[in-house]
Amino acid sequence: MANKIRVATTSLAGCFGCHMSFLDIDERMLQLAEVVEFDRSPITDIEHCTNCDIGLIEGGVCNSENVHVLREFRKNCKILVAVGACAINGGLPALRNHIPLEECLNEAYIEGIGVEKPKIPSDIELPLLLNQVHPIHEVVKIDYFLPGCPPSADVFWKFLTDLIEGREPSLPYELVHYD
Amino acid sequence: MSKTITIDGKVIPFEEGQTIMEAATAAGIYIPHLCHQPEFTPHGSCKLCTVKVNGRNCSACTFPAMDGQDVLSETEELIDDRRKITQMLFVEGNHLCPGCEKTGNCQLQAVAYHLNMLDNHFPLFYPDREVDASHPDVMLDRNRCILCTLCVRASQQKDGKNVFAVSGRGIHKHLIVNSDSGLLKDTDLEATDRAAHICPTGAILIKRTGYRVPIGERIYDHKEIDQVSLEAEHVKHGE
Amino acid sequence: MRQFIQDIAENSHYRATHLLQILRQVQSRYHYIPEEAIAQLSGLLNIPRTQIISVIEFYSFLHLTPRGQYELLISDSITDHMLGKKDLFDYLAKKLDIAVGEVRKDGLVSLDNTSCTGMCDQGPAGLVNGYALTRLDCAGIDKIAELINQQKPLNEWPSELFQVDDNIYKPGLLLSQQIEQGAALKSAFKRGIKETLKEIDYSGLRGRGGAGFKTAIKWQFCSEEQQAERYVVCNADEGEPGTFKDRVLLNSYADQVFEGMTVCAAIIGARQGFLYLRGEYLHLHDKLQTILDQRRQNGLLGNNILGAGLYFDIEIRLGAGAYICGEESALIESLEGKAGVPRNRPPYPVTQGYLGKPTVVNNVETFLAAACIAVNGGDWFASIGTEKSKGTKILSISGDCAQPGIYEYPFGTTIQTVLNDCGASDVLGVQIGGPSGTFISNQELERKLAFEDLATGGSFIVFNSSRNILDVVHNFTHFFAHESCGFCTPCRVGTSLLKKQIDKIVEGHGSAGDIVALEELCQLVKNYSHCGLGQTAANPILTTLERYLGLYENQLKEISFEPGFDLDGALEIARRMANRYDAGAHLAQTDESGSRPIASLPPSLAVGE
Repeated sequence: MANKIRVATTSLAGCFGCHMSFLDIDERMLQLAEVVEFDRSPITDIEHCTNCDIGLIEGGVCNSENVHVLREFRKNCKILVAVGACAINGGLPALRNHIPLEECLNEAYIEGIGVEKPKIPSDIELPLLLNQVHPIHEVVKIDYFLPGCPPSADVFWKFLTDLIEGREPSLPYELVHYD
Repeated sequence: MSKTITIDGKVIPFEEGQTIMEAATAAGIYIPHLCHQPEFTPHGSCKLCTVKVNGRNCSACTFPAMDGQDVLSETEELIDDRRKITQMLFVEGNHLCPGCEKTGNCQLQAVAYHLNMLDNHFPLFYPDREVDASHPDVMLDRNRCILCTLCVRASQQKDGKNVFAVSGRGIHKHLIVNSDSGLLKDTDLEATDRAAHICPTGAILIKRTGYRVPIGERIYDHKEIDQVSLEAEHVKHGE
Repeated sequence: MRQFIQDIAENSHYRATHLLQILRQVQSRYHYIPEEAIAQLSGLLNIPRTQIISVIEFYSFLHLTPRGQYELLISDSITDHMLGKKDLFDYLAKKLDIAVGEVRKDGLVSLDNTSCTGMCDQGPAGLVNGYALTRLDCAGIDKIAELINQQKPLNEWPSELFQVDDNIYKPGLLLSQQIEQGAALKSAFKRGIKETLKEIDYSGLRGRGGAGFKTAIKWQFCSEEQQAERYVVCNADEGEPGTFKDRVLLNSYADQVFEGMTVCAAIIGARQGFLYLRGEYLHLHDKLQTILDQRRQNGLLGNNILGAGLYFDIEIRLGAGAYICGEESALIESLEGKAGVPRNRPPYPVTQGYLGKPTVVNNVETFLAAACIAVNGGDWFASIGTEKSKGTKILSISGDCAQPGIYEYPFGTTIQTVLNDCGASDVLGVQIGGPSGTFISNQELERKLAFEDLATGGSFIVFNSSRNILDVVHNFTHFFAHESCGFCTPCRVGTSLLKKQIDKIVEGHGSAGDIVALEELCQLVKNYSHCGLGQTAANPILTTLERYLGLYENQLKEISFEPGFDLDGALEIARRMANRYDAGAHLAQTDESGSRPIASLPPSLAVGE
């Protein structure tokens, strides 16, 4: 099956809700598996993606690691897709954009109720937070957008089958939701 | 002979004094709009209702219908540009639909759905805007305000009050309320006021009512705004 | 304070139309509009406090929080920048120990930028408590800093700091012969009012603000309206960066301007006129007021003018820092004491203008020309110029030339002729008509000043080959974003987006798609905005993109995409708080590990191909 379509997925500053919704395509997953193979994705445990056709990104960009992962996807995926509200406009994580990062970190690690041993974590293994959460189209070029919180299983199905069958993907009215 | 205009090739009659929007609505033609509501003086600011009249862009909600006008509305160019204008409204504010009580009943969202808007296209502004939860019955969340001034007009024209006003200039324009404290609780706004119910987005909400209708069963979850908008007009005229 | 507010409200007869004028006085006295003043005025004028706040927050010269006792504003026009504004501004800030946009801790002085103050021929310029400062240099700034620190009242400051010169270098048809006070009115009455309108019609005079509507037709329309009350308004809100001719006309030809307004009043049947003077020209206010008083004494204003039974008077109303008020319907809103938001049209001001009554709004130069035409007749004027552009145009010339100042030319004159006269030999390009006009390159200098070719309100800025066009575009684009009134979506949001997009490109963060995105946005703002401001806000970009695409392209990185914000900078706070100095605590702005080209979309992914 050398010519199966390779799909990679990941969640940046997201909640994996979009992934859960993707899995809601239920038995259609079997149909999909006939023409698609998954590369890097929470469902494969592959750590880095290589030579993919489609990359599905859930979540916005909130830290340096998100930037690296997003770039890896952009480099390795012919088509990169922003999936869900957070990838498209930052979503709920972007609520912190109105609070200075300094205050956020102080509250979480220094002054917050119940904090023991107040200290801002400092470890080279830990990604640093960006001062604001950004939608992914502000960091790399994005080819398609699937709105929704999460996009419904039917959105994933419609989009992927359109692409797989060589059609310009489009979403009819009933599949476009931002909530 | 009654006078007529042509919208996208369809000949429709109009009465003297009607705007293009009024003539279109009466003829069952929807032109996207947000700052316009038939009961109030047209404002002409959101520019979503821009149509080409004899080759020139005009706001349908304010521009008078005149005999023989050739109006284009549903062209690819106008639809694309209306989508971009809608995207402008989204990026200038903080429109996080999943966390908004108005989702599914929101006209901004519904117009965006209607225009098949899938992304924001432009960089987001993430402006700092004030939320005013001081009023016992009404919530004011400026993050979602699109400066349509419908609340301003409703308060003046229907409620005989002056609760809201738009202040500031350019991108700093913002909604203010009429009280010494600057808070909604100290205005004479009541939950029964028209102004408290007119907001097309979730900027002005009645408290404790947000989830009476579950998400998924709301107005625009199953019906497009063109249909909803035209139906509302026809109900009003007893048709 | 109560008494002060009471007095100014009473002097304004408690009319809400005077709100802006009243607030100007409060600002001038207290250096902000205190909450008590808002509450008191709301009662006295019987208007909601929100109306007062919305006016304060609209105009740049009014403030809700205290400014310094000396409010210093430095003009941010491109012409000031060309004269070294930036270094001077830094010097001034250092000298006064104050940050831009702030009030010094002792409350004595505040410092900020302001849009073009109309002193482009004698910049760098500024304003102190509204009064024009010209030819700023280090020595002048030392002096100003000293005067402020000594708390010397403005009337004790040396007058040379405030010296404003006319700099008329080439007077033409209108500027070379001053007409005698009253001459235009006498001629008009002698000839007959209707005949005078005919002369103005024959003259072919078109509005001098730039749009070029035929003056006689406008006056005719207004006179035919079925309303008893009518108004004449002189638009002296010349805010277009690079324009200063009205300043000179009002300084040295004010009588003729007022006479032109009076002739108009006689023709349309108006009893009241207004001179809407931009706030930046506060220094002219008292002088103009004196001229009006003289005219009243000489029977040229007021009751029974020249015994012809005409009643007409003129009131001066000051603006308060808002470019948009140069747009006639915004100007009328401002005259009514409101925020200057352009109205929906139709109805046009000639049918529903000031207070809903028929109103003629014309440029200063138009009234001046009308007065001269009333004296000399239509043929005198029409014999000069081109077929569609009769008479002369007064230019405000600034920038890279030996003699910046005022020049008057017959329409049809080439740009090259103008450049020769003002001493501009090294020319990269010329901004004709200000930021809202056209940037022409040195390949187009044979083009002509005329409505048929290069229409202009009078701004003429010369750039030599040492100038960077993108700096110019950057300055203009920021200007429009700052001056957008915010009424309509495409302009409110669009001018801010244009600013972001041009910053991205100028700062070197642009990539392949950014010019297409820029142009697309320009078209959107141009085609959908409510008024002339938005419709022309993209002109600096569009007219230079057309001519210097290469300049823009040179700014772009050879990559497919770059973020519009500083990625590594966005990690700074976290880095500092976590004490991280390792390489992993940084981000490159673009993916430097080599990106591969993106496939064109949508590629067919059909299995089995």
